[in-house]
Amino acid sequence: MARITLDHIRHAYGASPQSDQDYALREIDHEWHDGGAYALLGPSGCGKTTLLNIISGLLQPSHGRILFDGKDVTNLSTQARNIAQVFQFPVIYDTMTVYDNLAFPLRNRGVPEPEVDRRVREMLEIIDLSDWAKRKAQRLTADQKQKISLGRGLVRNDVNAILFDEPLTVIDPHMKWVLRSQLKRLHKQFGFTMVYVTHDQTEALTFADKVVVMYDGQIVQIGTPAELFERPRHTFVGYFIGSPGMNVLPAKIDGSTVTIGDEKVSLDYAPNISGVGKIELGIRPEFVRIGSEGVPVSITRIEDIGRLKIVRASFAGQPISIVAEEDVEIPSEPRVTFDPAAINIYADSWRVGGEG
Amino acid sequence: MEKTWNNKAWFLVLPVLLLVAFSAVIPLMTVVNYSVQDTFGNNEFFWAGTDWFDDMLHSDRFWEALQRNLLFSFIILALEIPLGIFIALNMPKKGIGVPVCLVLMALPLLIPWNVVGTIWQVFGRVDIGLLGHTLWALGIDYNYVRDPIDAWITVIIMDVWHWTSLVVLLCYAGLVSIPDAYYQAAKIDGASRWSVFRYIQLPKMKRVLLIAVLLRFMDSFMIYTEPFVVTGGGPGNSTTFLSIDLVKMAVGQFDLGPAAAMSIIYFLIILLLSWVFYTVMTSSDANQ
Repeated sequence: MARITLDHIRHAYGASPQSDQDYALREIDHEWHDGGAYALLGPSGCGKTTLLNIISGLLQPSHGRILFDGKDVTNLSTQARNIAQVFQFPVIYDTMTVYDNLAFPLRNRGVPEPEVDRRVREMLEIIDLSDWAKRKAQRLTADQKQKISLGRGLVRNDVNAILFDEPLTVIDPHMKWVLRSQLKRLHKQFGFTMVYVTHDQTEALTFADKVVVMYDGQIVQIGTPAELFERPRHTFVGYFIGSPGMNVLPAKIDGSTVTIGDEKVSLDYAPNISGVGKIELGIRPEFVRIGSEGVPVSITRIEDIGRLKIVRASFAGQPISIVAEEDVEIPSEPRVTFDPAAINIYADSWRVGGEG
Repeated sequence: MEKTWNNKAWFLVLPVLLLVAFSAVIPLMTVVNYSVQDTFGNNEFFWAGTDWFDDMLHSDRFWEALQRNLLFSFIILALEIPLGIFIALNMPKKGIGVPVCLVLMALPLLIPWNVVGTIWQVFGRVDIGLLGHTLWALGIDYNYVRDPIDAWITVIIMDVWHWTSLVVLLCYAGLVSIPDAYYQAAKIDGASRWSVFRYIQLPKMKRVLLIAVLLRFMDSFMIYTEPFVVTGGGPGNSTTFLSIDLVKMAVGQFDLGPAAAMSIIYFLIILLLSWVFYTVMTSSDANQ
């Protein structure tokens, strides 16, 4: 178990990077708490796996240091860092039995055989493969394979951290749910630091205490699921988290009044926008109320998704999504109001707070 | 669904059947025909029954050639397979080195067999050959024309030089098909270099290795051109393998009957061994 410090990490795959664009990771400078469950969330190619491989030591960062519990491990090998990692596609040593697969990382580290046996049996129970112990690890289903991979990671109880690289991608939706709850339980039981890479927001939000949202080689926000939902620090977070994503409307600001097209919306604070930049207003579809008051909109489409309705409309010439309860009546001349507390103002895509 | 019976379809098989008949069945039957007859020339043939087969199976000459051939195949397999694996493991996985290595490896395979023989025949000559003369200058008594051991060593090294590349290329193909995740997982699991080879690389190479063993066995069991060019089967009969013996008998001595009987026995041995390999390969597939 360890606290992981990422000290100004930058990484470029090509030699001699010139501009920011050459870096797969721009600059990461964060500290992750011991025993935390972190989810790295972001679209494909945003640098999640790169960051993970830097932590595990499979990659050397171009710049910066990694510290475990304050000890510099940047130049240590993967073995020496004592990290477990589970990959997107299950890795099975198929000439060994299931039992030997789980025993492999322990035996490689010279753990005495009685101890190996105890831990492997315990792990077989946890991943529910006790009946398979003596069988060759062949002709297994995808979720059995991934369970063995998980087991190989979890069987070492002294690891500094366990890293998961989209481990549930190849698993059926039903099994995904089961495995995810098993992982959560194991995390509670053993308390290891856990980093979980995914591009699936549901997975990230249900799994982690803290979600780390990555975009274009940098961390745009670290926060609890609620923070990410209510106060996205970057328009990307607003758009990426939530379904449908946050409405982002180009706006002008004068004091505490926001102008969108010809319409005016008043805020309960005056955003601090001293610098000149692109100003946008962000509001989640859940906080847009549709009724007979407020600014008129024209509805283009209504999607019924069961208990909720998603209304696609045009607000001052901008497309907007609105989430409404199933039983809400939509008037013939619909108007919308924004919950002032839920409005976020963005300057050059980054959120700005109130003055003072 | 009801099956439509249409025997006209058989006509479509006819061209292939004719081709196979001309290329394989008819020549084979000619050999069978010779193997049961005796001739003293003038195109007159006499029925001999299974006499030639009896003779052949009781001939020391045949058994010795067979033993020599099996020993030869065993030695070159024991050298080429481990060496091929070793080279494949150490070949670069990316960069400019990959095409360079692949071309270098392919070169010996592209040289015509009789040219390979000629190269080594000259290379090993004590008077003008680079190898032979150098060894002689170093005071090592090497002469493949006189000494059977030297002849064997020369023929074996020649075969290793000629064919190890095939094993390398097959193994390399097996190795590059292993996803990076396996090596990364092995690092995470703290596996040693040996464990990586034993549990990741070797299992992934198993199928191509079986093919390599099969191909190298077949080829070495039929070897003719290279040793014929280098040693002509000598000194004495020390490098006379089955096919060299067969050609001596059929073309040199014009003993058509015994040669035909030997051909058939030779053919049956190859058929039997192919079947064994096929069974081993398919049964190992079924286990996966």
